[in-house]
Amino acid sequence: MHNHEPPIFELSGQGKIGVNLPQIDVPQSDLPADLLRTDDLAGLPELTEPEVIRHYTRISQRNFAIDTTMVSLGSCTMKYNSKLHEEAARLPGFAAAHPLQGEELSQGALQLMYELQAYLGEISGFDAVSLQPAAGAQGELTGILVFRAYHLDRGDHERVEVLTPDSAHGTNPATAAMAGYRVVEVKSDARGNVDLEDLKRKLSPRTAALMLTNPNTLGLFEEHVVEVTRLVHEAGGLMYGDGANFNAILGIAKPGELGFDFMHYNLHKTFTTPHGGGGPGSGAVGCTAALAPFLPAPRVRRVPQTDQASPPTERGASLRPANAAPLPEGAYEFFVPEKSIGRMKTFHGNFGMLVRAWTYIRSIGAAGLRKVSETAVLNANYVQARLKHVYPAAVERTCMHETVLQGKLAMAPEVRTLDIAKRLIDYGFHPPTVYFPLIVPEALMIEPTETESKRTLDAFCDALLAIAEEAARDPEMLKRAPTTTPVRRLDEVRAARQPILRYDPAVFARLREEGLQF
Amino acid sequence: MTHYIPITDADRAEMLKTIGVERLTDLFEAVPTDHRFPPLRLPDPLSEPELRRELGRLERMNAHASSHMIFLGAGAYNHFVPAAVDQILRRGEFYTAYTPYQPEVSQGTLQAIFEYQSLICALTGMDVANASHYDGGTALAEAAIMAINVVRGRRKIVVAPGVNPQYRAVMRTLLQGVDVEITGDENPEASLAEVAALVDQTTAALVVQSPDFFGVLHDLRPLTTAAHAAGALMVAHFDPIALGLFQTPGEAGADIATAEGQPLGVGLSFGGPYLGIFTCRQQYVHKIAGRLVGVTRDVENRLAYVLTLRAREQDIRRERATSNICTNQGLMALAAAVYLSLVGRQGLRQVAELCYHRAHYAAAQIAQLPGYQVLDRGPFFKEFVVRTPRPVGAINAALREQGIIGGYDLSGDYPHLGDAMLLCVTEMNSRADIDALAAALRAVA
Ligand SMILES: Cc1ncc(COP(=O)(O)O)c(C=O)c1O
Repeated sequence: MHNHEPPIFELSGQGKIGVNLPQIDVPQSDLPADLLRTDDLAGLPELTEPEVIRHYTRISQRNFAIDTTMVSLGSCTMKYNSKLHEEAARLPGFAAAHPLQGEELSQGALQLMYELQAYLGEISGFDAVSLQPAAGAQGELTGILVFRAYHLDRGDHERVEVLTPDSAHGTNPATAAMAGYRVVEVKSDARGNVDLEDLKRKLSPRTAALMLTNPNTLGLFEEHVVEVTRLVHEAGGLMYGDGANFNAILGIAKPGELGFDFMHYNLHKTFTTPHGGGGPGSGAVGCTAALAPFLPAPRVRRVPQTDQASPPTERGASLRPANAAPLPEGAYEFFVPEKSIGRMKTFHGNFGMLVRAWTYIRSIGAAGLRKVSETAVLNANYVQARLKHVYPAAVERTCMHETVLQGKLAMAPEVRTLDIAKRLIDYGFHPPTVYFPLIVPEALMIEPTETESKRTLDAFCDALLAIAEEAARDPEMLKRAPTTTPVRRLDEVRAARQPILRYDPAVFARLREEGLQF
Repeated sequence: MTHYIPITDADRAEMLKTIGVERLTDLFEAVPTDHRFPPLRLPDPLSEPELRRELGRLERMNAHASSHMIFLGAGAYNHFVPAAVDQILRRGEFYTAYTPYQPEVSQGTLQAIFEYQSLICALTGMDVANASHYDGGTALAEAAIMAINVVRGRRKIVVAPGVNPQYRAVMRTLLQGVDVEITGDENPEASLAEVAALVDQTTAALVVQSPDFFGVLHDLRPLTTAAHAAGALMVAHFDPIALGLFQTPGEAGADIATAEGQPLGVGLSFGGPYLGIFTCRQQYVHKIAGRLVGVTRDVENRLAYVLTLRAREQDIRRERATSNICTNQGLMALAAAVYLSLVGRQGLRQVAELCYHRAHYAAAQIAQLPGYQVLDRGPFFKEFVVRTPRPVGAINAALREQGIIGGYDLSGDYPHLGDAMLLCVTEMNSRADIDALAAALRAVA
């Protein structure tokens, strides 16, 4: 395979253009001379369409992705992304609709959103859903701000702490801090659950919430989840559910029935909207009826006869301009929940992702969703069973949709998880998540998902077992890995010490002089 | 089995044996029995042909850029998206890839983001661009948060009333839990000079938008001077297409500059996914939120790209991170990179010129119509305000009958303007479209 592709700027040639634009067909107006940019856009490259396509196609081939290999990243749910979903989101009535064109012209989009709100609520056992948050972390912030508003609304001003388990994802404490809370960490016990004694010690009248991922980041179902939610509620706190691991429990358990008050769904995990190399996602959220009035605006409802005729979870002002003619009863409209915390982002959420998630739920239905979770859990336990004799499990238990193993090999103590992960690349697999959760030394967090075949799972396990043998025989070989990739191990310290964060011809000329190949 | 699950019954039996349990349901014993296997009341699943029919039914109930002439902007813009952009986004190697934490198998994504960052820096004249925020509104809110972190001990953000009302709303939502005062936009008629006069020794940042929500272009240099004189940062929100012609935030001396990147090759998509562009000066790079791609080398001395300065981020810094952002809008950043590569230096200027001249033509046509008044608020780019002889809702209803999506009704956000709409004209609106709009407006006056 081709090894190099220069930065696009080095393919530029004066006078080239890659688009075919209309002529100016109107009289030209004067430009305000004092407001013009003065550099003639000199930093932008000039290329034709074939050059641009070849450049980006060539660099795309330097990626591992679900379409090319198993991506067993724990906590990320890298399942197959249906091609139908891509077609659906690109239908012109979805892809080329303006977000402010008005409900009269958007009934199909609104119906889809309304139905998705209902489906997500049903799957998770919640009374109300907002589709607005853009990603999981924004869903978390939505939840904690809703909790804050709820406590304040009740005149409860003393709750200044948010509890997060020591196994929590980094977004949990970062979110709590962003919302103005002090973060208090709760320990995990030997079976990987929240340590009930530590939880009791840390709960107090200052507790606003506990943020819990269930199954947790060890891939384990919280065995005392009902007890945990009861204790938090007794202390006057609320239960936040981080839904990153929802793929394990579709049709298996409903967080709303387990005592959670609020959760986010990562539509880009569980409901297979593609990760896009880092985003976009969608962090839709669900909650109990008591919290519904605080949800971010706008949500979608059917036009009621009168506002009082709305179900309690759908009360609030219509978003329509005051002078617009009313919509017929039963039509779909946006509304602002009565005590809404406000808008989390512009417009109505990452709508293109909502179309994909809706399409997914409609194509596999209730039985299909349960099948998804059953198979995801089966696959993870199978991988765990095949590997745990060599790679010790962080906790010896039946896991859910992912298993956390350790890259601690009895026969090769100098080899680290990082080396194993890098060597796996030479076998053609994307590495699992490594060094997370933080409480597990040398963590190797494997989430196969339900869309991998047994044949692939076996090849993956065989590769890891072969690597363990290689480690015993020739640990240096692992330290040198990967050797089959367009680039090998990187000097990451240099990247941070002397940051080069944009293309600069002089800097790149110097790098060439230093002998760098590109 | 669904067509997405490749485990056969025979596979399952064998796998259960390896695991050492008898039944699949044995794997779920940790779930409390009374909550285990709840029924899900969902509609019956549909086959792909049936589903396509249902999707088509919903899709056809929506207006869109091919069914209607769109003269509506207000934060989402009907700009031209070259076919080549989507062809790149559709490559499975890009859109089904994860965040590039493993650089050896992610050089494609990493190089694309590095090029995106570079293109955005070239476009804006700023030093550093991150790998994206969720959208223009959250990028601007993060700019306010960053300013609070940079200018220690100051808890006030002064924001101009001409900043998109949704962005100001987002900023207030995201900052409601922390002790920060957001002020400056109480008087919707305040001029930028009046707003800048509110910046004092307790102010962390002055936040302005140019072109502002009404489409008006501003010279931001005097505002930067005023902000810096008080020790505050200058935060400028811009329109990336306008930069094909007009003053860049870099030239204006901005410390942080943000934008809605949707005009750069990202379709309307009923409001998302869009692209939050975030840039700043070099000296603040350690306070920036989100991901950054840098350059380094591998053990064989090949140039390589990698996520860098990661110690700012939530997975490492946890409650002391600069932001909680994790998943961003990476694929939309790729779209912007491909778009900017295609239009390049000449094309971007051409797009900006088309917008400018057609918008001015439209304003001139509408100004001649009896009952309509184009407000002169200064030089404008692609949007302008028109006072209407009847409430905007009624006008827009009449325009809909003609297949036209009219302007944004300003009466809710800016009641002092009376009956007024914000019209938007881009390179997608031909002269004939504009004439049709003018004729339709004349007819409803
Ligand atoms: C457990 C957990 N919580 C939260 C998040 C954050 O979600 P997002 O990246 O969508 O913001 C992640 C994402 O990786 C996660 O794994």
